[in-house]
Amino acid sequence: MAFVAGYVLLLIAFGVLPTCYAIYFAFTNAGGTFTGFSNFVTTAQDFRFVDSLGHVAMYLVFWLLSLVVFVVALALLLHRLSSGPVSQSLRFLYYIPGALAGAASVLVWLFMLDPTVSPVSSLLETLGFHTFGEVIAPGNLALLFTIIAFWTGAGGWIVVMYGALNNIPTDVMEAARIDGANGWQIAWRVQIPMLRKWIVYMVILAFAGGAQLFVEPQLLSLASTGVAGRDYSLNQLTYDFAFQMNNINGAAAVSVELLVVSVSVAGVFVARSGFFDAD
Amino acid sequence: MSVYKPSVTRETGTSRRRAALLAGCATTVLLTVTACGGDGGSTGTAKDGFTQAAQSDGALTVWVDATRMAAAKQYQASHPSVKLHIVSYDGDANGSNYLQTKVQLFNRTGKGWPDVVFSSQNNEASWAVDANFAAPLNKGLIPQATLDGFAKGANDVCTVNGTLYCLRNDLSQAVLWYNAPLLKKFGYTVPTTWEEYQALGEKVAKEHPGYLVGDAGDSFTPEIYLWASKCGANHITGPKAVSVNTTSEACTKMAKLLDVLIKNKSMSISGVFSTDFTKNKAKKVLLMPGPAWYGGAVFQSGLKTPAKEIAVAPIPQWQGDSSPSTGNVGGGTWLVSQHSTHLKAATDFLKWVTTDNAYQGEKAPGFPAYAPAAENWLKAQAASGYYASDLTALKDASSQVWSDWGSGQFSQEAIWAATVKPGLTQGKTIESLLPAWQDSIVKYAQSNGYKVSQ
Repeated sequence: MAFVAGYVLLLIAFGVLPTCYAIYFAFTNAGGTFTGFSNFVTTAQDFRFVDSLGHVAMYLVFWLLSLVVFVVALALLLHRLSSGPVSQSLRFLYYIPGALAGAASVLVWLFMLDPTVSPVSSLLETLGFHTFGEVIAPGNLALLFTIIAFWTGAGGWIVVMYGALNNIPTDVMEAARIDGANGWQIAWRVQIPMLRKWIVYMVILAFAGGAQLFVEPQLLSLASTGVAGRDYSLNQLTYDFAFQMNNINGAAAVSVELLVVSVSVAGVFVARSGFFDAD
Repeated sequence: MSVYKPSVTRETGTSRRRAALLAGCATTVLLTVTACGGDGGSTGTAKDGFTQAAQSDGALTVWVDATRMAAAKQYQASHPSVKLHIVSYDGDANGSNYLQTKVQLFNRTGKGWPDVVFSSQNNEASWAVDANFAAPLNKGLIPQATLDGFAKGANDVCTVNGTLYCLRNDLSQAVLWYNAPLLKKFGYTVPTTWEEYQALGEKVAKEHPGYLVGDAGDSFTPEIYLWASKCGANHITGPKAVSVNTTSEACTKMAKLLDVLIKNKSMSISGVFSTDFTKNKAKKVLLMPGPAWYGGAVFQSGLKTPAKEIAVAPIPQWQGDSSPSTGNVGGGTWLVSQHSTHLKAATDFLKWVTTDNAYQGEKAPGFPAYAPAAENWLKAQAASGYYASDLTALKDASSQVWSDWGSGQFSQEAIWAATVKPGLTQGKTIESLLPAWQDSIVKYAQSNGYKVSQ
């Protein structure tokens, strides 16, 4: 109980209170007068709003797809290797990028993506990229951010999925094998269905995180002196509203929108997947 | 492995959220009310044109970028009795808005402002006055005699409705840098008109491919070429009004010139600070239009060009143009906080750092905005033996910056970088991108509350 109390206290201080503060800001003006939805209307009419919305949507599609497909596939592979030294070292390898702080790993990628200094410059040259500017062309950004986010974030999920796979009772697998199922069929018909809740859990958290895309484009914007990544995501737009245009209330309105979208998506996923149903 | 733990915690967390939300909201309202109520309590004295906070002793907090760190340290060394707290930050380079972000936060929390701050941008006054951050300087803080010593027009970017809110650190007038021994070896002469400049670029492309007559890849490219060409892309006509026209002849003829030279590769589009430029093009610079600080920051420390090679000439003019004009790239500013409780120490520091020969006249990397220090600086630069020519062109250019290009609240550099640069990388011409550039400037200006005429 005492343990949970500590959590609740921190949740209120750093989760609930700031959220309420943002909601209060979103519906008032700088003087504190209630203004209804006017902040939402003003921010939605900003010329960058629709663009950033599109960017974030595209990024989310790439990011969630790659996460679901590759994390599950890699976890299954890892699980098949059973617990030999290879599996152990692979688990460790997957996890390493996740142990780097987010900003630091983005900086690693800024080097990787610059053909002049990149250790994989020959690969970049083969793909037709000769300068950093060509790599970070506007059309490539969603894919680049997905690669960066996958590299930093997927390792942790692979380890979690691997843990979940270990929790699938051996007798179920045993039975499938006796019934003549091959490795592919076991994966497709037994393991993945039993991982479903974990996949949903991952998608919910990854959606919330992805919708708040900020560090990757912001750092890229600084590194490219503004050529790519400025005002790319909705979260950057809120930052701009709050600090450059001195419109904290507008910023709050956009962040409330992000909250509503993330919570609704989580709600849909939870409801459709029976996430909280007892086993 | 307790992998199921998180979902259990989440379950209980969710069921409690509603109650916590209500409690939380109630507390928030209370907090807000108290916070707002507490604000009116502080009293100040009206002096020097603004309401000053109660003055006290204590360390003077100074924010500087990496380059100006030397200035703060030098001040500390020569004034050991002053307690100085030096903080290093990005100097708002490339319109990063770090300072503005922090000031907005400090305004909310009611404390934390630096006493004196350096910014590498010269548009800080455009927001720092509205944010009640910058203190007026010509209402008593700095004597008029000192202010009169600044180069003509140097502090225009700091002036809002006749009141001065910052002091210019350095001028960044654009000139034509060139490699004197190389130019001689190739048998060329320094171009004095843009027509000659273009012809030379075409010649270089044929006779010495790989060598460069300039670079158009930086976010401040328009401030070197289009500003010098009197392109009316950024004419600030009032505190919140701007006139934007990027398709006039002054703009298109310069855009065409750049397009020709970019196409024949005598003008690079990498940007002088890019890894590509430093690695592959450092030894290929024949000519390079650029601001005053290119001498120290680009050639001497960035590209490591040896001594006695780099020389300076006036930036070319269009044939038949009567009055010489040039552009300007940044040039830092110093601001004093209205909230400072050490105004005496703050103004002493400000006066020293902008006018004293010990720093501006001898050590400063850029062309000082304070004229007497600039005289000294020119002598010191000549004595250093780095340059292959005298620096008269720099001095002349300092009063030739075309005045119809202003410093608005929106960053022109950021707009060019995001709108024109990607197209340039894809092989589009600058001329074809001019309308999109105008469109972007208009949108950014409007969303910053500017009244735009086109």
